[in-house]
This record gives sequence, structure tokens and C-alpha cells, in this order.
Amino acid sequence: MADIVNKNITGGKLDMQAEPVILNIGPSHPATHATLRFVAELDGETLLKLTPEFGYLHRGFEKESENATWTQVIPYTDRLNYVSPLMNNVGYAMAVEKLCGIEITERSKYIRVLISEISRIIDHMVCIGTNMVDLGALTNFWYFWKPREEAYMQLIEPLCGQRLTTAYTRVGGAMWDLPEGWVETCRGVVKNSFLPAIKDVNALLTKNRIFIDRTMGVGKISKSDAIAMGFTGPCLRAAGVPLDLRKDEPYLVYDRFDFDVPVGEQGDTCDRYMVRMEEMRQSIRIIEQALDQMPGGPVNIDDTRYVLPDKTLVYTTIEALMQHFKLIMEGVQVPAGEVYSATEAANGELGYYIVSRGGKGPYKIKVRPPCFPLFQGMPLLCEGQMLADLIATLGSVNIIAGELDR
Amino acid sequence: MNDQRKNVVLAKLIEKFGGDVVSTHSDFGDDTALVRRERILEICAFLRDDADCRFDFAMDLTGVDYLGETPRFEVVYHLYSLKNRQRVRIKVRLHEEDPEIDSVVPVWPGINWYEREAYDMYGIIFRNHPNLKRILLYDEFVGHPLRKDYPKTKRQPTLGPQE
Repeated sequence: MADIVNKNITGGKLDMQAEPVILNIGPSHPATHATLRFVAELDGETLLKLTPEFGYLHRGFEKESENATWTQVIPYTDRLNYVSPLMNNVGYAMAVEKLCGIEITERSKYIRVLISEISRIIDHMVCIGTNMVDLGALTNFWYFWKPREEAYMQLIEPLCGQRLTTAYTRVGGAMWDLPEGWVETCRGVVKNSFLPAIKDVNALLTKNRIFIDRTMGVGKISKSDAIAMGFTGPCLRAAGVPLDLRKDEPYLVYDRFDFDVPVGEQGDTCDRYMVRMEEMRQSIRIIEQALDQMPGGPVNIDDTRYVLPDKTLVYTTIEALMQHFKLIMEGVQVPAGEVYSATEAANGELGYYIVSRGGKGPYKIKVRPPCFPLFQGMPLLCEGQMLADLIATLGSVNIIAGELDR
Repeated sequence: MNDQRKNVVLAKLIEKFGGDVVSTHSDFGDDTALVRRERILEICAFLRDDADCRFDFAMDLTGVDYLGETPRFEVVYHLYSLKNRQRVRIKVRLHEEDPEIDSVVPVWPGINWYEREAYDMYGIIFRNHPNLKRILLYDEFVGHPLRKDYPKTKRQPTLGPQE
């Protein structure tokens, strides 16, 4: 009692003249969108200290991978970033191919670019959509959910047979070629679903006074801090650093496309939204160019050490039958060595560090998830702001617990 | 990556740190240097600050367990230079009985959680780390699951709510 009276007289640092309130947010909370947890120390509604906690979705991806064959790891990679699983497939296949020294076919490269960019658009749509739900703007969510659904129904499901657990890529190519008419459907989805939705949301949000008041200056980070914390992807570009691996270390065939890398200035929630919106338009440009340039030819490399031989040959020739048997029973043989292969995923740099000692499966796989440093930077983004701004910021950095916890 | 810059970093490292750089290679196009753990903090600070290197991003850190070899553990750093658009991998070997290394949080604050993860998964101790606690697993977990001698099927009790 004496303490409280004393504080009232002298006027402490706190507004409420009381001890800070500890508030637990998560792990199951509608605004976290995943099993994440924050321990927030509050003074009134101001965040004094924020401690992120995670690991609730840890399922031992790396330990499982060490006991799997090279091909068996592919389905596990779907479960990393379940909002854009195809990108994880592409990243993993590229890492193993780097280790094997495989140069995949032209058509396969274009397919990988296409599925990556479609995934990027979907990922950004989910991110912006759910972020806006948290801020009370539900309409945008539906505007973005419809084209996402169209993409899943018309593009990804016919391509992979599944919606989220795609497992589409293989070492040396892909599971199979594009289904018939896929290229035309893709053009249609981009023109009739993606573009109108982006236009609609843009009209609803970009000059919306409430949205601007709610996001501008919220969750800010400076250029140097973002670099020091290891931010990549839209969150880094929103802070003004033009780092995009598609431009800086062009992999696949990204150097053949004409596209821009949008960069923000403030590094706040509004800039992250703007960067993502523009990236979707740029991804559409890439998709259109890739569809125009789409080469024919085989999707898989012609090397039976990595790719299953043609089924008719398996049934008619002994060599193909033996190759098929060996590949199924022994798996892909990867030389000993170590590689780090990075791709620009929707949230930033998705890196695979793979150690092989020869033999059936990987000796070690480490995934560098783009969310990991972003989530680490949350206290930096949010401390000193209001509790409600934490929700706005959390949605805009797009934390995917699947890849965060692995 | 521009080819003429390849190995400039490795050459500079050898020139500056001589015997502390145990070996280097550029297999698969990834520049790699194996260094001694005693000077890791100096080496990292050099790589960040030197005008030719400027590795301002610490992209990744992980441990590897080479069970049966001595030294048993390896800590692997992946660095990226924004200015030169270049990558380098630094590796340090640690003995099983003494798996300790200086934390590089003073050089790159963003490496903090990666070091906690390496501690959590491999039991590598990062000296002077600001908050070396388990990160993916819970505090009561026994052992370090990514060590090769930790059985894949081993179960540990699920804990209820704590008092």
C-alpha cells in the first residue's frame, strides 16, 4: 500500500500508476492465425516488452528427413510453408539438383517459375486478406479468397492432384507434365480472377483513410535494423532494401523476364502492404511472359539415375525394368558434399542447407525459414506501441508457424 | 555471382588469419572456410566490416553432428553480402567433450535465435549469449534431438499445465 501511495505522489514511468500487466496472447488465439504465443508486458494499452514464444508446431522435420530417402523428403517440404507449398518443393528440388550437378530441362524451369509465382500471389493474398480481417475489414478477405480458391481448383489441383500437400517437384524435373489446356486456364485465372481481385482490394484499401491511419507508422523498422536482424523478402524491401534473389542471383529463368522489384521507404505495415500488392502485379507480369515463352519438350531430364523410365519401356525392355526397380528400391543416389541453395519465397529467402555423405538419404537438412528472423524481430517492431498495433503488425509480417517450427 | 570476385573473400581470410583458417574449398560453387573456434568472433567481425567483404547478413546458422568423427560437432554459418551479392560459408569444428563457442550476437543481432536453436537441437553452448534457452522444445525436454545418437522413436512425457 505504501508503495502505491508513494508512486501516486512521485509519478512513476507508468500511466496507470501500477505494476505492468502481463498478458498472454496465444498459442490459440484468432489473431495469431497459427499456434504462436506472445507474452506481453502492458502499461495500459502500451506494450512495454514483448516476448515471442513458439515451437508448438515443431514436428521434427529435420530429424525425419535424416531418416528418409531423398524423394521421401519432398512431401515433408509441403508442410513447411503450407500457404505456398509449391515454392518449398521447388527450393528443395533445386538444392538436391545443385548437389547432383543436374541441369533441368527448359520446360521444367518455366513450370517451376509459373508455380512459384502463382504461389507467391496466393501467399500475398492470404497475408493481406487475413491481416485486414484482424483490422476489421472482412470484405478484402473474401475478395482475395475467391481468386485463391480459383487458383487451387483450376490450377494447382489439376496439376498435383492435391490442394495443399502438393509434392509436385522431383529431383530432375517434376512429377508429371502440365495437364492439357493448363496454360490457357492459367491465362484465364490470371485475367479473370487475380487482376480484378487486386483491383478491387486496391480500390477499397490503398486510399482508405481508416486503413492508412491504422497502418501508417505502425510496426516500423529502419533499414539498418532490418539488415541486422536478417530480414528478407517483402518486410526487408518495405524497409527500403532492394534485395530480391530473383534479380540478384537469378535462378531458373528469372533473368529472361522483365519485372520490377518494389521497395518501400518507412518499413511500416502500410509499406509492407504496398510492397505485397505491387509484387502480385509483378508476379502476374512474370506469369504472362512465362506463358508466352513456354517451351515444349520433356519435363524431366533424360537420366535414369534420377528419373523413372517411361512406363511402356518398363513393360517391354529389361533395361528399363531394372532401372525402374533400382530407382524404386535404392532411391536417387546423390554424391557426398554440402550445398546451400536459396530461393526467393513469398516471405523472403528460403534456404536449404543439405549435407550428403552419399547413400540413400540426406545426412542433414537445415531449412532457413524466412519467418524465423521476422518473428525474432517482432519485439523490435512492436515495443512502445499499442497492443492493437501488435495485431496489425503480426498480420503484415506473415508468420507461418509450419516453417517457423518445422 | 560475379566470377572475378570468387575466392577473394577466402584469400583475404587466409591472408588475415593465416593458421586459424584450417582449410577452404569452393565445391558446388559455395565458398567455404573451416576456421578455428578461438577467433570466430574476430573472423566474423572482420567479414562484416572489411571493405571487400561486407557480409552484413547472417542468413543461417546450424549445427551438424558427425558422430564417430573427432571433432564431433560442426557449427555452420551462412553469410550474405548485400553490397557484393555474394555468399560465404564459415564452419567451425567442436569437440564432443567441450562443445562451446563464442556467440556472434555482438556482430549480428539477428543470429540470436539461430544460436538458441543450435543449442536446443545439438547442445552446443554459445558463450556470452544473452539468452541461451531452448527455443523449439520445452524447457523440461531431456537431451538434444538432432544429435545422431538420439533415437528417432524416443518418447518423452507430455507435460500438463504448469503451476
